[in-house]
Amino acid sequence: MSEQKSTDRLVVDPITRIEGHLRIEAEMDGNTIKQAYSSGTSVRGIERILQGRDPRDAWAFAQRICGVCTLVHGMASIRGVEHAIRSAWQSNAPLGVATGKHGPLGQSPMAASGPDGMSMPHPAMERGPKKSGMKHGPPQGRGHAKASSAAPADMAIPPNAQLIRNLMIGTQFVHDHVMHFYHLHALDWVDVLSALKADPTKTAALAGSLSRYPRSSPGYFRDMQTKLKVFAESGQLGIFGNAYWGHPGYKLPPEVNLMALAHYLDALSWQRDVVKVHTIFGGKNPHPNFVVGGVPCPINLDADTGINTRRLAQLQEAITSMRTFVDQVYLPDILAIAGYYKEWGSRGEGLGNFLTVGDLPSNGMDDPSSFLFPRGVILNRDLSRVYDVDLTDPTEIQEFVSHSWYDYRGGKQTGLHPWSGETDLNYSGPAPPYKHLDVDNSYSWLKSPRWRGKPMEVGPLARVLMMYANRDAQAKELVDSSLSLLKLDQRALFSTLGRTLARALETKILCDNLQSWYDRLVANIKQGDTRTFNERYFDPAYWPKEGKGIGIMEAPRGALGHWIVMKDGLIDNYQCVVPTTWNAGPRDPNGQTGAYEAALQDNHTLVDQAQPLEILRTLHSFDPCLACAVHLMDAHGNEQLKVKIR
Amino acid sequence: MSSSISLGERLSQQGVSRRTFVKFCATTASLLALPQTAVPQMVAALSAARRPSVIWLPFQECTGCTEAILRSHAPTLESLIFDSISLDYQHTIMAAAGDQAERSRHDAMRDNKGQYLLLVDGSVPLGNKGYSTISGQSNVDMLVESAKDAAAIVAIGTCASFGGIPKANPNPTGAVSVSNIITDKPIINVSGCPPLPIAITAVLAHYLTFNTLPALDSLNRPLAFFGDTIHDRCYRRPFFEQRKFAKSFDDEGAKNGWCLFELGCKGPETYNACATVKWNQGTSFPIESGHPCLGCSEPDFWDHGSFYQSLFPWERYKAKPGAGKGGPNH
Repeated sequence: MSEQKSTDRLVVDPITRIEGHLRIEAEMDGNTIKQAYSSGTSVRGIERILQGRDPRDAWAFAQRICGVCTLVHGMASIRGVEHAIRSAWQSNAPLGVATGKHGPLGQSPMAASGPDGMSMPHPAMERGPKKSGMKHGPPQGRGHAKASSAAPADMAIPPNAQLIRNLMIGTQFVHDHVMHFYHLHALDWVDVLSALKADPTKTAALAGSLSRYPRSSPGYFRDMQTKLKVFAESGQLGIFGNAYWGHPGYKLPPEVNLMALAHYLDALSWQRDVVKVHTIFGGKNPHPNFVVGGVPCPINLDADTGINTRRLAQLQEAITSMRTFVDQVYLPDILAIAGYYKEWGSRGEGLGNFLTVGDLPSNGMDDPSSFLFPRGVILNRDLSRVYDVDLTDPTEIQEFVSHSWYDYRGGKQTGLHPWSGETDLNYSGPAPPYKHLDVDNSYSWLKSPRWRGKPMEVGPLARVLMMYANRDAQAKELVDSSLSLLKLDQRALFSTLGRTLARALETKILCDNLQSWYDRLVANIKQGDTRTFNERYFDPAYWPKEGKGIGIMEAPRGALGHWIVMKDGLIDNYQCVVPTTWNAGPRDPNGQTGAYEAALQDNHTLVDQAQPLEILRTLHSFDPCLACAVHLMDAHGNEQLKVKIR
Repeated sequence: MSSSISLGERLSQQGVSRRTFVKFCATTASLLALPQTAVPQMVAALSAARRPSVIWLPFQECTGCTEAILRSHAPTLESLIFDSISLDYQHTIMAAAGDQAERSRHDAMRDNKGQYLLLVDGSVPLGNKGYSTISGQSNVDMLVESAKDAAAIVAIGTCASFGGIPKANPNPTGAVSVSNIITDKPIINVSGCPPLPIAITAVLAHYLTFNTLPALDSLNRPLAFFGDTIHDRCYRRPFFEQRKFAKSFDDEGAKNGWCLFELGCKGPETYNACATVKWNQGTSFPIESGHPCLGCSEPDFWDHGSFYQSLFPWERYKAKPGAGKGGPNH
């Protein structure tokens, strides 16, 4: 059986226009995909590297898991550390960490020898409790154990910090989703070279009929076409070279192709501007800065630094620009282009199971009922019932390695909850260079996460379905009106097209919420609340000797969780279960496929195996993000290599 | 090599005929006091001008460096790829995939032998060839194969330059930098996690305009961006001299924009241009937004202790305000 597989299997590697390294092997029946195998082919080891670090530093390491959704792992890490600390406060655990023998916390080089007799201790260790003004804080000093009696207000992340985090997350979504569509996904639907045949005047008429977007004159499109013509005639197609142009799967008229190409370039320029929201609050993008306990940027209307009136004006400008582009360009383009590809509303879904962890709180991370994105599970496409999810229950979320390049001490067939996860790295694939993977055995650096033993799809479609099932008014209106405009029924949501549509619809929802978070931030400042940081979280004197936390996050690509164990003021264990692990993971011990594999096996007949455009369409509808995430320690602290990729 | 499209094509776009173009060459030759026999040669050279080929290899990376170049505003990535370079292989934005993508790389290497620029982001794992592959080929094999006929290599980001986060203790995959593997080619390190977008594009622009590599520091970083420390160019430096420090996030000092040294700022040890060029079209940089510098453009910055604890040698900075002007090394 396997020999036949290896001769027949179609290979697409590298899958481009994604983040990271993804390979697909497909067993064909004629031109139809019978079995698909998804493989993540690169590993780094970041979770292993996190071991023994200061929990306050963890966000910077975790953030480097991915530079595309550049904010999400940093945010999940911060939330995980805060959750571990807060859980200890809530359970009245003894606080105060002995940090003497461990690296950073106990070895302040300045502590003994500040200049001019100035005291230069570690900022948080000595000064935290004193300055925080908390009545219930433990006394200064290290290793002092004391029961917590913090009031809820003392445990809160300041509302401004929460709003700023939401603004940063919302911006990440809008930026990421728009760029995903134009720069990673659009070329699956838009034939760039066909735009050379377009009539710019007709293109302008078309664009004008879709939207009020001002860059829609015949002259604008003519200039764009001329630019493309010069480029094409140079004979050097660069990033557009060797693509599937002219493939019969491309259905758009030349005018729509020209319009989309213009918007591809407009979006490149637009994204540079709107991402300034991250720069204002986090100092840079990619990889903005965070801090455990709040946000690093202070608010002071009377200073030339931090958040002041000038910064607020810049923020408003960026939010307006996001809303305008999404309303006038992204949504109209999605609907217009989808109209030519309705057959993609009946293929490319596969699993029918959807999971969200929920995000965007209005009342702190411990109250999922306040989340904009609800938490839950939908099974078998049944929107009438949403199942609860318990992230701490060891029987609910488990990861399997039966087809991954790892070993479990309990055997390859067992599943482990992230709290007790193991990831012993063991590459057993063919020696590079290789032609085919050994798909009967291990074939990926990704594990196979399961919820109650079932594979799940995560991401924009899961979130929109969850909002829809929870009767979110805006989501329902957007979904129903889009489907009605496209003359598609609800079943079309469960498809490649549905996934791409859902991404655009949630972008619209996020744009509107960005404005309301901004308005609330301004209202808070107006009332005199400028607080952005709760020092208790930053101060090891308030940390538990041992603590566990989960940093949850809805990332643009779906449900994300960082399971963190803190011990003696250091990271003891760190496990990430990330969206692309859910979606792109390999088969489990029961032979159940992951979401990518199931989607590719759902009604995919290729026009031409040498140009597997259909595979790219469905994979890109998930927005793959393969940068690896790595497990570090087993439950017993053995120093084994444990690696996991998402 | 510095021409984006051939002059002939440019003139032709503007409605200038072939005949006029030949006449232009004749006139130019005479202005340059060249013999008329040089005219056909000039016509050929200018007509054949191609945009220099650029191949970008992604290894153990997070795509943050690609995202960074997408943020570059001067020049923009789109102006580079339309006017100045032929970006023939770049996973994140190229249209082709699979076999066609690999064909693009091989075609570019063949057609531009000895001429193309090789850009690399991400480190290369030497622990096991199976730790990172593209199209079934290990990263190290792909690097060696692609570097062979490159004119020069630009290592983009701290991972490609120095090993970066995959190399952080305990370096689980045996990650190394480009210069650990390739030793017979000019290599420019544009470090940073990610690098300043403009530092990447400026290196490319320098090479395209002057056909040489820019001046480099001892770590092979372009001096134009890595000549000074963040601390030496920081707008908060006067507060350092006055001993005005933020002691905690959101305290009085933080709100007034005082020096972040006591919160662990690595500005004094970090060579980069964030304080002058700033990020995202000059909007801000980490210190301006209230967070200490992480030191991300320096080798092994991940293993220099907590980000919230300074490395600054106070013993060498006693005495009075102003004594330390010029940074910690003076």
